[in-house]
Amino acid sequence: MNLVPGLQAVLDELTHHFGAQIEQVHAPRPNELYLHAKAEVAGALCSTFYKKHHGRLAGVFAEDARAGQKVFFVYYLYALDAMHAFVLVRVPIPADKPELPSLTDAIPAVNWQEREIQDWFGIRLVGHPNPRRCALHDDWPEVYPLRKDFDLRAKLPPFTGERHKFREVEGEGVFQVPVGPVHAGIIEPGHFLFSVAGEPVLYLQLRMFYVHKGTEKLFESLPIPHGVRLAESISGDSSFAHATAFCHAVERAAEVEPPPRARALRTLCLELERLYNHIADIGAICTDVAFVTAHMHAMRFKERILRVNELLTGNRLLRGMACLGGVRFDFNGDQLRALGQLADELEREFGDLVELTRSNSGLRDRLEGTGVLTPKVAGDLGVVGIAGRASGFDHDLRRDFPHDFYDQVQFTVPVFTEGDVQHRFDVRRDEVFQSIAILRQVIGKLPAGPISVPVGEVPPDRVALGYVEGWRGEIFHWIHTAPGNRLSRCKVKDPSLQNWPALSEAILGNIIPDFPVVNKSFNLSYSGTDR
Amino acid sequence: MFETISRSLRTGVVTTNYPDAPAEVSSHARGKPQIDWANWKDARPAAAICPTGAIELRDESATRTATLDLGKCIFCGLCADVDPAIRMTNQCELAAGSRQSLRQTGQYRLNADGTQQQLLMAPATASAKDESLDAVGRQLHARIQSVLGRSLHIREVDAGSCNGCEVEIHGLNSPVYDIERFGIHFVASPRHADMLLVTGPVTRNMELALRKTYDATPDPRLVVAVGACGCSGGIFGQNYASCGAVDAVIPVDVYIPGCPPNPHALLHGILLAIGRLENGGARRGA
Repeated sequence: MNLVPGLQAVLDELTHHFGAQIEQVHAPRPNELYLHAKAEVAGALCSTFYKKHHGRLAGVFAEDARAGQKVFFVYYLYALDAMHAFVLVRVPIPADKPELPSLTDAIPAVNWQEREIQDWFGIRLVGHPNPRRCALHDDWPEVYPLRKDFDLRAKLPPFTGERHKFREVEGEGVFQVPVGPVHAGIIEPGHFLFSVAGEPVLYLQLRMFYVHKGTEKLFESLPIPHGVRLAESISGDSSFAHATAFCHAVERAAEVEPPPRARALRTLCLELERLYNHIADIGAICTDVAFVTAHMHAMRFKERILRVNELLTGNRLLRGMACLGGVRFDFNGDQLRALGQLADELEREFGDLVELTRSNSGLRDRLEGTGVLTPKVAGDLGVVGIAGRASGFDHDLRRDFPHDFYDQVQFTVPVFTEGDVQHRFDVRRDEVFQSIAILRQVIGKLPAGPISVPVGEVPPDRVALGYVEGWRGEIFHWIHTAPGNRLSRCKVKDPSLQNWPALSEAILGNIIPDFPVVNKSFNLSYSGTDR
Repeated sequence: MFETISRSLRTGVVTTNYPDAPAEVSSHARGKPQIDWANWKDARPAAAICPTGAIELRDESATRTATLDLGKCIFCGLCADVDPAIRMTNQCELAAGSRQSLRQTGQYRLNADGTQQQLLMAPATASAKDESLDAVGRQLHARIQSVLGRSLHIREVDAGSCNGCEVEIHGLNSPVYDIERFGIHFVASPRHADMLLVTGPVTRNMELALRKTYDATPDPRLVVAVGACGCSGGIFGQNYASCGAVDAVIPVDVYIPGCPPNPHALLHGILLAIGRLENGGARRGA
């Protein structure tokens, strides 16, 4: 396989520098390179990618391969955005000494992901600044659910372990305000502990994983086609994006290419998902600063989109539409006309809504300068998606790693730099208009032909990466296939997992009453994080 | 300010008349699967393709018991793709007061090759005094007035959901469904609530929080389990991190199937629950 030019140069340099400590395994696509490396050089490789190739660590995850190869594997997924390439580095961790040198000190972006590996695989982190439990709560017994010798359906006894100890924040007039896991609004569960002096927040501790439901382990027990339905339930508001990322991975493992019309229909659905979520979020941001009228208009538009979703795919959240090898339902002329009408209506009506928000100085007053996430902090934490683009990270998989039909349409990626609520609002606003333009372009050049190809039984022992720019940010699914059309591992990475820690930074110095709007401006998925 | 008001006036009324008018659901929508029980020749392909086990078969010697469980169904329609005896309807108002009434079961004599020969026992048809929407709609106003002083307060609890149900529950507060026109209101604390609207599956990490929320809700209280996961555990079922259905943790009065149930289906279930309060309340006291 010929690598894209930049990637070949990277490979040459790595080979020169690391010699026998790394080994090229394969390059399933010109912009995807798989390397095996010795665990000792994981850190040096990381710093090479960061310092020399403007790379970033987009994911870290593990796999239990003790049965066959007597080791665990830890995978480092590097995105080299400038050259539109991924490098996946695999390092072995001996089964009898499961220890992993932590990279968190250098790359804070992998803090939670490393701890997840420790919790789920029992691979001890060495040199992690805060190696406490994260993905399993403190009161859980000593279990490592993603090890192969752990039974998915194991019935664990009542949890009697110790309760989580939050860090103490002390000082005159300092109060702690615990919130959740059951929140006041209709939102998902998580626990926030605010330390405040008066109104300003000094410190925010997040405790997530309340809705951990064994999703990654469950993938290993299902036939691959059922995995599509499970992927739809990773984060309900991103049902189609997750299902599509999963389908991409399986299709690549099976070496099947979905037909052009399927790719175009997927793109339409991805944009519809983006539209209803962005518009709902814009409304919700307005309502969190008491501009309820805008919220009501936004909810009206969201309902309008969900009904078109239902007309097109039979389900308001686009569920049941995704399938391996393409999509399940074609759109006829009437349906496409309805979609075109929706685009026209939204452009007009959403435009009016934007005008309403522009003319409201009270709204601007509350949004500007609130919940600032500086580009520096966003970069350190590896913040992606809407929040990344509001803090200067010029990145969008649709443009940089085009999937589905995105190489056939033109659009711009809005990027702002203040990183405040206003700019996260602005990213969404601009993306809504871009999405409408994408819908029109795809409808205009919708290819004829079949909407799916059969995928059949996927050969065992293949690995593949699927990715989609969901409305919230980049979604990765990495799979390793097993005999009998099953998976031995499915790693799911929702952008929320990456972005949550940024909330603790963005809220500093803000007042508690602004927390809802700051939180909403990120609108991260708890379920996508906790899985 | 003037523009804000004038924009609202120009928009006019967008609220549905549901339940006085039928649910506004597209003919393409996938709702309740309809099985032609008398002509069902082979349930095995549908059972095999169902991702949640909503079609369950039990074969004993020469008979097969086939069950369709709407509490597990995610309405993907894959069964209808492989089985000519199954058709997806767009019926979405499926809430029921018991898990049992979401199950339909038929019994067949089997051929030697495993296909079905003859329907021995057809599923029971819904009884005439089933808690139908019409009845609920008529009684609603009187019941809210007499039992809950014209206002029902709901505390929503996400006990493990993927947030799909939350996307639709939000819709109840939109001007299109406007649940407050019934005197129904979402509140911030279980202490203020008459009803818990619970989405699932209940995770091990939310089990305690759900119990505490239930305990904090004053009697008389209603619990409505929302969605396939809330009704049955859905595609997650029970596993090391999931307790499964809401009723595995707290008692449930009404189950609303769907993945997720749309706002019409949610409204239907909530109204159904209110209709049950006087009868169901007695069970609670026991």
